[in-house]
Amino acid sequence: MAIKKFVVGAFDDEAVLFPAVKQVRKSGYKIHDVYTPMPIHGLDEAMGLRDTSLHTAGFFYGLAGTCTALGFITWALTYDWPLNFGGKPFFALPAWIPITFELTVLFSAVGMVLTFCYLCQIAPFVKKDHFHLRATDDLFVMVIECTEKTNENEVSQFLTDLGAKEVSTQMKETRWWIGTYDNDRKPFQTRQVEAVS
Amino acid sequence: MALLKYESQVRPPLVEGTKDYHQVTEDICRPVEGNPSRLWWIGFLTSVVFLLFGVVSVTREVWFGVGQWNLHKTVGWGWDITNFVWWVGIGHAGTLISAILLLFRQGWRTGVNRAAEAMTIFAVMCAGQFPIWHMGRVWDAFFVLPYPNTRGPLWVNFNSPLLWDVFAISTYFTVSLLFWYSGLIPDLATLRDRARVKWRKFFYGVASFGWTGSTKHWQRHEALSLVLAGLATPLVLSVHTIVSFDFATSVIPGWHTTIFPPYFVAGAIFSGFAMVQTLLLVTRKVLHLEEYITMEHIEVMNKVIVLTGSIVGIAYLTELFIAWYSHVNYEWFAFRYNRVDLSSPYGWAYYLMMGCNVLSPQIFWFRKLRRNLWVTFFMSIIVNIGMWFERFVIIVTSIYRDYLPSSWATYYSPTIWEVGFYLGTFGLFFTCYFLFSKFMPVIAIAEIKHILKKSGESYKEKMDFVEEEPVEEFAEEALHH
Repeated sequence: MAIKKFVVGAFDDEAVLFPAVKQVRKSGYKIHDVYTPMPIHGLDEAMGLRDTSLHTAGFFYGLAGTCTALGFITWALTYDWPLNFGGKPFFALPAWIPITFELTVLFSAVGMVLTFCYLCQIAPFVKKDHFHLRATDDLFVMVIECTEKTNENEVSQFLTDLGAKEVSTQMKETRWWIGTYDNDRKPFQTRQVEAVS
Repeated sequence: MALLKYESQVRPPLVEGTKDYHQVTEDICRPVEGNPSRLWWIGFLTSVVFLLFGVVSVTREVWFGVGQWNLHKTVGWGWDITNFVWWVGIGHAGTLISAILLLFRQGWRTGVNRAAEAMTIFAVMCAGQFPIWHMGRVWDAFFVLPYPNTRGPLWVNFNSPLLWDVFAISTYFTVSLLFWYSGLIPDLATLRDRARVKWRKFFYGVASFGWTGSTKHWQRHEALSLVLAGLATPLVLSVHTIVSFDFATSVIPGWHTTIFPPYFVAGAIFSGFAMVQTLLLVTRKVLHLEEYITMEHIEVMNKVIVLTGSIVGIAYLTELFIAWYSHVNYEWFAFRYNRVDLSSPYGWAYYLMMGCNVLSPQIFWFRKLRRNLWVTFFMSIIVNIGMWFERFVIIVTSIYRDYLPSSWATYYSPTIWEVGFYLGTFGLFFTCYFLFSKFMPVIAIAEIKHILKKSGESYKEKMDFVEEEPVEEFAEEALHH
């Protein structure tokens, strides 16, 4: 991926944003993304995004934790080095439940957070291009990707009619790169070249 | 849309004053972006002094050995383990607020969850210090982990409650940290995008992981929060249950009780909420956040305090009754002569515990007192003193007169270094809290914005007309939306 051209419309009310999203989709434009300062329930559905399967991943991580704990303790205390505690059975399942439970939770939580970071491509020192600084403050920023066929002025006018407070056309990098927000070290040499062409 | 967002006018607003999204950002970011006040510096430096005293105390303990403490053959667990259980208990409120109340869809949690979670993490950090330094040869602390070693490999004893504790506390710390930080990421991004100074852009840029606020990311973020809450809910109950197993699975009179797990969990929530009150009453005043941490929040938490305090009270009476009813001589001796008897060496501690934990919170049955800031602040401290004595009573009065009467003579009282270690953890706790309140938003900005249009004062006022509408009409309209 590289530099692309976008029409950016900033809305200041989610009650205006929802019908706008519907209208834009109905008119056949491709919504690149909508950036919001807080989670807005139903927006993902309105945009036609499919539900996340992060929960399912969490279940399998948890299962891995259960198996690791039970498997390891069983191996260590019944096969590798059985210890006789007051004549109790080597396979003392009830006593292993607490650790099994803790590891289930631990694996699931750590796994899910890492998966979340991977899916969203977020990590320390990751930098991404932003369309509007106030998207983390009070604006809902709808970004429409331009293709060769798109008439920017038409899209801009369309967004204004739908109630956008600010509309602009921007060239932005769509991928992340390593950098910090105080100092923009551009890793892609082609960045400017492509932007010009 | 509007109708679905509607919340009854009977419920008082959770965000007071006329606010829009931008105003919320401004209000919560202001303390972070401004220079620290004189009060902040005084508090911070005092905490650092306490922390240093703790470092000296611990250094002495490591250098000279556990003999620096007044523990002896009969009382092998004293202040140290009391403090451990006390801090772990305090560390329960944060996850309770953020996880259990999220599952129960309690909107008021949004005002207090961020600070409470931070408090949880710092409290667990403090708690962890005690068992670690109690080991004496702290450089061998890693022996508690099951790692392949040259001694066989000889594995740790997975059947031991002390090892369960290692897993429980470390899992709890990790999960709380992940939960807290994943919630912080969007708010740190807000700070990053508002930053004007170079170091702020750098610091918040790195800390916010490149968060953009994309809808897909929010969708995943919501799913993550919900599942983490689902995981943290049984976790928070399991942690203090396992801490109580440290006692309950032993055969010491006074400890060997099946009531311990629920009793400990209730006590943990009780003391945790008290600590949240102590911190937030000061925080809201100093950072001028009275419109976000409102009287409603304080009243609700006082209700939780009176509820859990009463549960703890019932637990005290139940264990006393069962000790008598069981006809076990040793059990009854521990309760009759070591605790209830006011003239016994530690009888005063038992009555102090009863007074602070069971009787005093009952004043919160009165609405006027629940909504009084000074009473709340005073009570939050009283409750934590009471809860400290609960652990002290459980630990020390159960073991200072053991099965062998010839060991009875010694009265356990701590040395200055035991006390110093405890004060040091206060230093650690408040140093962390002061840094947190300076560099991170103490209220979850995105979550407040999420409930603003439903529970914000100015938005609720606009929905007044719905209250007037007949129910049938409202239902009709809601159905067609």
